[in-house]
Amino acid sequence: MKLSEIAQLVKAEICTKNYDPDIEIFSACSADLMSDVMAFSKSNALLLTGLINPQVIRTAEMMDIKAVIFVRGKKPLESMIEMAEEKGIVLLATDYPLFVASGKLYKNGIGGHGE
Amino acid sequence: MASVVVRDYIIPANDFTIAGEASSNVRKILSQLGVAPDIVKRTSIAMYEAEINAVIHGNGGQAHVEIDENKIVITISDQGPGIEDLELAMQEGYSTAPDSIREMGFGAGMGLSNMKKNSDILDIKTAVNEGTTVNITVFFKK
Repeated sequence: MKLSEIAQLVKAEICTKNYDPDIEIFSACSADLMSDVMAFSKSNALLLTGLINPQVIRTAEMMDIKAVIFVRGKKPLESMIEMAEEKGIVLLATDYPLFVASGKLYKNGIGGHGE
Repeated sequence: MASVVVRDYIIPANDFTIAGEASSNVRKILSQLGVAPDIVKRTSIAMYEAEINAVIHGNGGQAHVEIDENKIVITISDQGPGIEDLELAMQEGYSTAPDSIREMGFGAGMGLSNMKKNSDILDIKTAVNEGTTVNITVFFKK
């Protein structure tokens, strides 16, 4: 699924200047604990999280995660936006809680680890 | 011996803003050297987890990295409290991290198992009140 369709499904706001609507996303991971994210190994993945700190961007970098959606109305810090733009990671934000945002994507065909 | 890349990094204590800088730098070097993306990812995860551990548990430390044409060897050492029961610490989900660390997104008890999963050789030397040294080797070819 294209990132633009994902953004539409969860009514996400785009937070970084490097937004590319055509990025293909095949799977996603929802977690607030970054080591749990690193135990997950699919490629072309999207991360959904309610955690706001620079380590979210670092984790995404290490995991080749293309885009991160912050949930529950949380917004990334300016320092996180700068770091993400430098590393080519797109940041988005939605008001939906983690469960609902994940559910909307799963229902529309985004898979997860362990299926 | 053919081209060997050697790097040394200081890992500052309790600084979550720059934690991961060393791993990020090594990741860049490996990509520039043309190492396969899945190997870069495995190395990055293993080193990043070790770096974060040094920040959280070890009062900071240092990283020494050597890359040759076949492998990367990463040594991360700290002079922190050491690990009392290494076997227990290796278990997934076991963590001694305080809530303040969990609020930062770490302390899930997955760090050591993520390191083991993503390295070809993992060697941990630890002594209570003396510190911990983690040695991670990843081979570039299977």
